[in-house]
Amino acid sequence: MASKKTININLKIWRQKNAKEKGSMETYKLDNVSTDSSFLEMLDQLNEQLVNERKEPVAFDHDCREGICGMCSLYINGRAHGPDTGITTCQLHMRMFNDGDTIYVEPWRSKAFPVIKDLVVDRSAFDRIQQAGGFVSVNTSGRTIDANATPVPKTDADKAFEAAACIGCGACVATCKNGSAMLFVGAKVSQYALLPQGRVEATERVLNMVRQMDEEGFGNCTNTGACEIECPKGISLENIARMNREYLKASLK
Amino acid sequence: MAQSALLKSSIAKKYWMALTGLFLCLFLAGHLAGNLQLIFGDALQFNQYALFMTSNPAVKLLSYLTYFSILFHAVDGILLTIQNKKARPIGYAKSNPAANSGFASRNMAVLGTLILVFIVTHMVNFWAKMHFDKKMPVYATTVEMMGQKQDLYVTTSGTYIPVTQVAKDSKEAEEIGAQLYIDHGKDFYNTQAKIKVGEGYKDLHKITFDFFKSKAKLFGAIPNEGLVFTILYVLCMGVLAFHLWHGFQSAFQSLGINNKFTPAIKTFGKLFAVIVPILFAIIPLYIHFVK
Ligand code: HEM
Ligand code: SF4
Ligand code: FES
Repeated sequence: MASKKTININLKIWRQKNAKEKGSMETYKLDNVSTDSSFLEMLDQLNEQLVNERKEPVAFDHDCREGICGMCSLYINGRAHGPDTGITTCQLHMRMFNDGDTIYVEPWRSKAFPVIKDLVVDRSAFDRIQQAGGFVSVNTSGRTIDANATPVPKTDADKAFEAAACIGCGACVATCKNGSAMLFVGAKVSQYALLPQGRVEATERVLNMVRQMDEEGFGNCTNTGACEIECPKGISLENIARMNREYLKASLK
Repeated sequence: MAQSALLKSSIAKKYWMALTGLFLCLFLAGHLAGNLQLIFGDALQFNQYALFMTSNPAVKLLSYLTYFSILFHAVDGILLTIQNKKARPIGYAKSNPAANSGFASRNMAVLGTLILVFIVTHMVNFWAKMHFDKKMPVYATTVEMMGQKQDLYVTTSGTYIPVTQVAKDSKEAEEIGAQLYIDHGKDFYNTQAKIKVGEGYKDLHKITFDFFKSKAKLFGAIPNEGLVFTILYVLCMGVLAFHLWHGFQSAFQSLGINNKFTPAIKTFGKLFAVIVPILFAIIPLYIHFVK
């Protein structure tokens, strides 16, 4: 870790004009980066510098900047969300880097996440998987049952809650050597499969979500476990196993 | 089967990988038990076992399941690997996979392909000889009779036939006037009547020992090919160990089994991955260096 208050760094960043054009890694020098700044603030600083030089700023995704929305992505120095665990890129601080470091910044790489511009990728494949079954159909005719009226065992509620912590960031896909989305889909399937409200549509849900996942062109899990380690929300591999169980049950029905 | 084909979807492919992989683990355990007789049993015992393995109907069924599993596992594994490569058409300029995953888990396809090459050569060297080679040696034992050494064929019914009474084939039998000759690589025939009078054992034991002790030159250039085969065999068992190190526990996860038994499954899998290949590897080492 850097002990200086500011550091000078070299950046190698993927630049790509649009979805059609071929991109390449470009090198930038950025001086006087506060070690207290977040990684995204450092990119803001770079963009200011680029704008002053009348160059095109680097496009990157971000929104909440507090680790809850899942928008920020970035493959930093060979790791999703950079060299720290349990965090998103907006939660990564420049104190994790040293003066003189060369930092690689790349977009998520997956056939299902095509690059839109620079570091921004299209993650709507996740939306389509969610739309295929990641919901519970609720009757809104006025006879809705109060959620608390349905008893849920505490352990199930806890596990469902842990699965529901997934923010759909796509780090699991980005880090997986197979570009597999099974941690994401496993979390979404589990979140509902564990709750009585979700059981009603459990069979259809897992079949539809997995079918959509396959259609989007994600790869197949080989249980390397990389996703679990890089997931900012600590989603466990148990969720993939649960999805596999649910899928087997549903297929045999 | 509802809407899913239990063959085509990503998860279904994984079930098949896991089921065939685990079946192959069972096969490995059985195969190892048989092979260990090369160390702990005598030649006759081993050859009797080899005959049993090629003739018993239940074993035959298991062996077809094994051939099927190897083929299916290999084809499915290669298909999955091709799909997985397609899922990331553009790679990263810098990646650090060792930060979040193990070597074996990332190289299952390469390890598996090496195992496939090994299986094919292994079958050519032993399985094909046992099944198709008409010139397999027939097992004979040496006994001392009245101070004289004599070679005797042992028949499957437990009787003995002096080697000197038996010709290599019917032609030789007529030339030298032998009462018996060998056909089908193991059957004893009466020269006049041309009827089968007994059955010997194909000497797989000798084939194996000759293979790993051979002093011949490999490709006419590399001396002491037995040593080369021994080293290659041991290396292949190393490859197998890596494949199983990840594969054994991975199969349970693929089948959806991840619960309170998982730590025990992982421990057992790692022990299996180390112990089974080591025991396999000891056999050629023992034959080459000790026997
Ligand atoms: C004695 C031989 C073999 C045994 C005991 C064995 C065992 C296993 C096991 C238990 C797995 C884990 C399955 C899972 O993760 O669900 C596995 C995975 C794999 N095996 Fe094998 N295997 C053998 C031979 C082969 C061969 C010949 C290939 C040929 C290419 C191969 C390729 C693979 C691949 C690519 C995987 C990873 C597949 C995935 O996780 O999706 N294996 N093997
Ligand atoms: S499982 Fe984790 S890494 Fe994958 S999308 Fe959800 S939060 Fe992101
Ligand atoms: S910007 Fe919302 S999680 Fe990083």
